[in-house]
Amino acid sequence: MPENGTVGRVTATRAARRAIAALCASRGGPVMFVQSGGCCDGSDPMCFPGGELALGDGDMLVGVVEGCTFHTDAAQYEALGRPFYVLDVEEGAPGGFSLAAGDGLHFVTRVKAPRKQTS
Amino acid sequence: MKYQPPGRPGSPVDVAPRYENFIGGKWQAPSTGQYSVDLCPATAKPLCEVPKSGAEDIELALDAAHSAKDAWGEASTAQRAAVLNKVADAIDAHREELAVAESWDNGKPVRETLAADIPLAADHFRYFAAAIRAEESEITEIDKDLIAYHFHEPLGVVGQIIPFNFPLLMAAWKLAPALAAGNTSVLKPASPTPWSILKLMEVVGDILPPGTVNVVGGPGAEIGKALATNKRIAKVAFTGETTTGRLIMQYASQNIIPVTLELGGKSPNIFFNDVAAADDDFLNKAVEGLVLYAFNKGEVCTCPSRALIQEDIYEEFMGRCLERIRAIKQGDPLDTETMIGPQVSKQQIEKIASYVEIGVKEGAELLTGGHRPTVGGEFTDGYFYEPTVLKGHNKMRVFQEEIFGPVLAVTTFKDEAEALEIANDTLYGLGAGVWSRDTRRTYRMGRAIKAGRVWTNCYHQYPAGAAFGGYKVSGIGRETHKMMLEHYSQTKNLLVSYSDKPLGLF
Repeated sequence: MPENGTVGRVTATRAARRAIAALCASRGGPVMFVQSGGCCDGSDPMCFPGGELALGDGDMLVGVVEGCTFHTDAAQYEALGRPFYVLDVEEGAPGGFSLAAGDGLHFVTRVKAPRKQTS
Repeated sequence: MKYQPPGRPGSPVDVAPRYENFIGGKWQAPSTGQYSVDLCPATAKPLCEVPKSGAEDIELALDAAHSAKDAWGEASTAQRAAVLNKVADAIDAHREELAVAESWDNGKPVRETLAADIPLAADHFRYFAAAIRAEESEITEIDKDLIAYHFHEPLGVVGQIIPFNFPLLMAAWKLAPALAAGNTSVLKPASPTPWSILKLMEVVGDILPPGTVNVVGGPGAEIGKALATNKRIAKVAFTGETTTGRLIMQYASQNIIPVTLELGGKSPNIFFNDVAAADDDFLNKAVEGLVLYAFNKGEVCTCPSRALIQEDIYEEFMGRCLERIRAIKQGDPLDTETMIGPQVSKQQIEKIASYVEIGVKEGAELLTGGHRPTVGGEFTDGYFYEPTVLKGHNKMRVFQEEIFGPVLAVTTFKDEAEALEIANDTLYGLGAGVWSRDTRRTYRMGRAIKAGRVWTNCYHQYPAGAAFGGYKVSGIGRETHKMMLEHYSQTKNLLVSYSDKPLGLF
């Protein structure tokens, strides 16, 4: 259900939407989010220039936030009980090759209670 | 005993206000002119300034690595091994200094860095010094007059990107085989722990021929990418987060270069009922084996973060474990009595706290911990989190997702078949532990668990000589073993005819 200008099973806080808009404006194009899993910076959303990660059949589109797509590995999504993600920003440097959410900030995902669906 | 923090009187470690990149054997300011503040996780206070480099610095480092690669690649294995052994000797000679620096930069307790990180790093250089001396080329006699010679040749310049959880040991795991095989390296340390590797370069920088090892610090999105996508690297090695691992493979595919990756894990640690058959040393060892989830504050890719306990001993065994967990001493990482220090960053404790909350919301039972402890004194703002245990079932998110903190998810199983099913019900396959007095059972389990390393009646030992790496999405390649030399070598085949006779086709 669309919420705060987003579609799908991901929404964003006001701070995250501001950060995404500023990032897109400074880069002159959209970014993409990939929910990570595992190791040091795992469980954070990685934010890359739009199209940077080549997506495969195993990736699913979780939703769209401020015109930017949010993806995750479908097997991971199932293993985690099909979570509902909320993008937010926090202090601290981003992990991996992720873009920052502004000076000294990085994106995080918070999780609403898993909504198991029968499919 | 307590060590004084780096920079204070009586400390074995000095701290400069600002550090530079180590390129071509020299300290070089970043071309960006920018620096970032490295925070000490125990106090949340600034430790020093470190370079916030840009893509241009990667190019400078690659220039240095390329200018060094021919001489280093052509050096005899005896010469290369001698350098590696000197590096090991220097690390040993500066053990306390490096251990204290590592603890202060990362937060891990100094009892671990003194006993494990630093001695293992030195040993790694010695292992690969020995391995490269013992390595032989292969000759195949195709027929009487046709001989295939196979020579191992260095790849050239390699890019290496290391994680924050064992900054010096992971550097050693990557650098030792690369250098032994005759390559030169451009290495990027993790952003939360940029400093200890620079202290290591102070110690070993003069031993390494200029340009063989180059260290450039800065944001992954800029310099990590600039390194991994660069056409001037012949291989990329990465330890870290899974999506970045995928991106690195993708970049490597564009340049058609090999990659080795060590990614995430959610390792099962399985305790069969016979561990409690006697109240003896073995039971004591098994209890410690479970508590090892708190080793390095759980910031380990192989953290045994899922404990599977056979149901008929659960109450008794877990009771003993909880007693041991509640006795864990948390606090100043530079106190040798401290068993668990702070997490590496504020981001990590926030993530851990949110996972514990998720676990409890999902219905997991909080058996111990679950809070930020009050450590007090200069550590009031440090990134501490209590050793925590959640009891639940394997479908819960806290059983499936790597938390990278001192949080254990514990569940029970009925029999061997169920233990195996739960153990393998994960996306990851890096490590596992199996505990039993029945070695036929541990063998069956060990072979059936889909993970690269199955610790059997032990855990968290990382000796050079035992191959380490992942199944499934946990990565590609095997480190800490001489087989890593193959990942850093080309094979040159000379197919030589000693016959005077033509083929007779034309």
